[in-house]
Amino acid sequence: MEDLKLRHLKDVSTLVLDKERCIGCSLCTEVCPQAVFEMQDNKAHIVDFDACMECGACVNNCPSQAISVSPGVG
Amino acid sequence: MGKTTQSGSTISTPSVNLMASMDEATSSCAIQPVDPKAIYEKPGYKLYSFVDKFVKTDTGFIPVIKSKLDKNDLVSTFFVRCGVNRYQYRVTPGLYGIGKPNKNSEVLVTANFKLTFDHLRKELGKINAWILVLDTKGINVWCAAGKGTFSTMEIVKRVKECFLDKIVDHKRIIVPQLGATGVSARDVKKQSGFRVIYGPVRASDIPMFLKNSKKADKQMRQATFTIYERFILTPVELQNTLKPALITALVLLIIAGIGPGIFSFAHIWERGMISILALVTGILSGALITPVLLPFIPPREFALKGIISGSVVSILFLIMGSSIIGGITGFMALFLFSIAISSFLAMNFTGTTPFTSPSGVEKEMKRYIPAQLGALVISSGLWIYSAF
Repeated sequence: MEDLKLRHLKDVSTLVLDKERCIGCSLCTEVCPQAVFEMQDNKAHIVDFDACMECGACVNNCPSQAISVSPGVG
Repeated sequence: MGKTTQSGSTISTPSVNLMASMDEATSSCAIQPVDPKAIYEKPGYKLYSFVDKFVKTDTGFIPVIKSKLDKNDLVSTFFVRCGVNRYQYRVTPGLYGIGKPNKNSEVLVTANFKLTFDHLRKELGKINAWILVLDTKGINVWCAAGKGTFSTMEIVKRVKECFLDKIVDHKRIIVPQLGATGVSARDVKKQSGFRVIYGPVRASDIPMFLKNSKKADKQMRQATFTIYERFILTPVELQNTLKPALITALVLLIIAGIGPGIFSFAHIWERGMISILALVTGILSGALITPVLLPFIPPREFALKGIISGSVVSILFLIMGSSIIGGITGFMALFLFSIAISSFLAMNFTGTTPFTSPSGVEKEMKRYIPAQLGALVISSGLWIYSAF
């Protein structure tokens, strides 16, 4: 019953990942509480865009400023 | 002066026996064991009941806390869950120990919301560790991280204030993963010399995390929102509606007086009560039923979820009261009213979930607030019209 993954609206997150800048440290996969990222070929990839809740944990911890989120007032 | 002394001495004279049990009481007082914690007492301070003893370190005495919650903790937890004084439920920030902490023990960082603190120490059981409590103004880790009180700056400040480098021989601290919203591991390292290791989302996974040489698996890294986790939040959701609900109820009573003829109290009572019941139905549907059944109500939009559950619940309730409502117009009015309330409160619950983004919530509000207001206006019109 609890396997139903909770999701809000589609395509609303302002999450942007710049793969050119990614240095493959994998810290974003560690801090994201929604498993939005996965490592593939030593680079972070967004594998679950609609699960992003724009909490900014990845942005804060990315050492190469490869990630951004810019929610409005919220 | 003399009188006082005299009367005082009269009472204490052995020959005067004020109460038959007095001698016994005196003797039982004499064998009362001394509270072992009394040695830690200081004038003007009160010892927290969760402090077990103190441990001597190079920086002085550090309180060692119990991992077991007592009755008072549980009673307070209950009240805080109901929304009573929840912003004043705090622990003094600073360094604590648990178990038998030493120079090699891990340092776990947490928030100073007592519910968070209790949750952490309960899960630690027999683990020996240091607990660095940040000043998050009595807010939990995730919310505080979002608000900026659980932050890089606060960690650095506490690490320095507690002379953590003199307490432990290593240079690492374990920060709860949900704190990452407010923390930059890099900056903490740069400014304090301590390396941040992100621990699991849930305190209950900490023992396993430590055993796994501080590695969290994917499941430990993901926030959940189980039916229990949703249910436990609903008392506060309901409590938040209390004040606006009372004001609305008063307005409903006044509206109930509008009708043909003179202002009649019987009329106010009947129509007032049934409309207040419609309000209560909407509140229960939006702030209790929708949150609990969240994933089982199909649409993604919370406002829509609230409309669906509100429709089901209010139809059931209105059919029962249809004799009082009188006519299809009144029925439609209360139905719309109840659904609007349910939809609004369900949408309000987006602020409590761990999976909604500010962008998503904004989009939903722009779309549904006008609809909810429209429904409210139409239902008021219909309700007043139905009285004539």
